[in-house]
Amino acid sequence: MTAISVRGLRKSYGPLDAVRGVDFEIETGEVFGLLGPNGAGKTTTVEILEGYRKRDAGEVAVLGNDPQRPGPDFRQRIGVVLQQSELFPNLTVREVHRTFAGYYRRPRDVDEVIVLVGLEEKRDTRVKHLSGGQKRRLDLGVALVGDPDLVFLDEPTTGFDPAARRAAWEMIRSLRSLGKTVLLTTHYLDEAEQLADRVAVMREGQIVRVGTPRELTSAEIDVEIRYRRDGEEILVRTSEPTRVLHELTSAAVARGEELERLEVRRPTLEEVYLALFEQEEPAE
Amino acid sequence: MRLFAHQLRTEQRLYWRSRESAVFTFIFPLMLFLLLGSVYSGRIYGVPASQALLAALLAYGCVMVAFAGLAITLVIRRESALLKRLRATPLPPATFVAALVVSTLVVFTIQVVAMFLLGRAVFGTPFPHRVGSIVLIVVLGVACFAALGVGLSGVVRSAEGSSAVINLIVLPSAFLSGAFGPTQHYPAFLRDVGKVLPLKYLVDLTNAVYLHHHAFWSKPGAIGVLAAWGVAGLVLAALKFRWEPRES
Repeated sequence: MTAISVRGLRKSYGPLDAVRGVDFEIETGEVFGLLGPNGAGKTTTVEILEGYRKRDAGEVAVLGNDPQRPGPDFRQRIGVVLQQSELFPNLTVREVHRTFAGYYRRPRDVDEVIVLVGLEEKRDTRVKHLSGGQKRRLDLGVALVGDPDLVFLDEPTTGFDPAARRAAWEMIRSLRSLGKTVLLTTHYLDEAEQLADRVAVMREGQIVRVGTPRELTSAEIDVEIRYRRDGEEILVRTSEPTRVLHELTSAAVARGEELERLEVRRPTLEEVYLALFEQEEPAE
Repeated sequence: MRLFAHQLRTEQRLYWRSRESAVFTFIFPLMLFLLLGSVYSGRIYGVPASQALLAALLAYGCVMVAFAGLAITLVIRRESALLKRLRATPLPPATFVAALVVSTLVVFTIQVVAMFLLGRAVFGTPFPHRVGSIVLIVVLGVACFAALGVGLSGVVRSAEGSSAVINLIVLPSAFLSGAFGPTQHYPAFLRDVGKVLPLKYLVDLTNAVYLHHHAFWSKPGAIGVLAAWGVAGLVLAALKFRWEPRES
C-alpha cells in the first residue's frame, strides 16, 4: 500500500523555485525522512502534502486524496507537527489534548497519549510553563490524539539539547510500532540515519539521492590523496588508492623527488553528505 | 453541532483563563464605569450622570470585548501558528469562527448584565425598560464590532504591536464617540470626526433605548451605519484575514 505518492512536484514563490520536480513514494507503515539543509524545499514539499499550499505542477496523492481538494476524512487521518507552533498557553497539557481530541471522530484516550509522549508529570501544568522540549512533545501528543494513519513531523528536534533529542527519537520510534506512516524532515544527518527506513536527500528543490540510510552511507567513498608539487596543492580522488599511490610514489622515487606533504585520507560520512549538498549537480 | 459546542466551551475557557483578555476587555469597562460614575455628579442629557455613563460605557464595553479582544486574540493565535495548526484538524473554519463570535457574544452579554447590576448596587441606576431592545443592541453591536475586529486582525502584523495599535484606535474613538461622556462641548471638527465612527451610533442606540425608553427600531439611521461598518469589516476580513503567521 502506498501512503504518499509524489510525481513531478513543482512550486515557486515568485522568482524563487522552491521545489523543482520532486518524485517519491512512501509505503504505509514506513518512516520516511526528507534530509537537507535549510532552504532545500523540505517544508514546502511537506506543506503541499498537508494541504497548506497549492502546487504549481505535478501529481500528489496522500492517503488517496489530493490534498488541494481533500475528501471529508483526510484531516481525520493525518497528524501534523509544524516547525513552530504554540498551542493555547493558558490551557493545561491535558486540556489541550482534550480540546484537540474533540475535533476527531475516533480519538485515542487522552491520558494514554500523554503517557506516550512522556508528559504525565506535566498533565495539569499550563502550556506556558512548559520547557521548549516539553512543548514539542505536546505538539507530538496533539498530532497523535486523533489516532492518525499518517504523521507529518517538520524538524521535530530542531533546537533540542542532545538528551531531549534522544528522548524525541525514542518517541518517534514508538510511532513505527503503532503502525503509523511517518514523513519526517530534518537537517540532521544522524537523525535521518537513526529514525528513517528510507531517506531522500534534498538540495535546491530537488531530490539528489533516495535510499535506506545504509545504502546512502555505504555508497563508494573515494579516498583523497594530497601532495604538493612546485608549491601547488594537488588533490587526487580515487577508489583505488593502493594502485594510484604506488604509481605516484614510484614515479617520484624514479625522479628522485619527495612528494611534499603527502597525505592519504578517507572522508567522513559527514563530508560525503556535505559534498552531496554543496558540489554535486542535482540529478535531472 | 457537537463540534460547535465543543469549540464554544473551549473558547469560553480560553477567554476567562487569559488574564489579559479578562482584565483588559471585561473588567476594565466595569472599572471605568465605577470610576467615572463616582467622579461625575449631577445630570447629563437630563438624566442622572451615572445612568448616562452606564449607557455610554455599555457601548465602550462592546468595542473592548468584540473588537479589541477579538482582534488581539486572533493576531496572537495567528502569529503563534495556532490558527495554522487548527487548519490541519477536522474542525471546519466556519465552525471555528462561529464559536469564537458566539463566545464573544456570551462574554459581552455577561458584561452587560454585570454593568446593570453594578449600577443598581452602587449608583442606584434603574434596570432597562426595554430588555428586548437591549438584546438587539447587544447582538448588533457584537456582530458589527466582531466583523471589524476580524478584519483588523488581518491588517495588524505582529502580536507584540497588536494591543498598541488597537488602543490607538479604540481610545480616541471612544472619546470622539461619547463613550466616555457627552461630546456636545467638543470643537465642531472633532464632533464631525465622531460622526463617521461606528461607536458613536452604538452610543446613540444605548442612549435612546436605556435613557429615553425608545425602541431599538426607532433609530434606523444608527442601525444602518452600524450594519454598513459591519459589512466593511467583513470585506476587510475576506481580503486580509490569514490563517498563517506573517513571517512565513
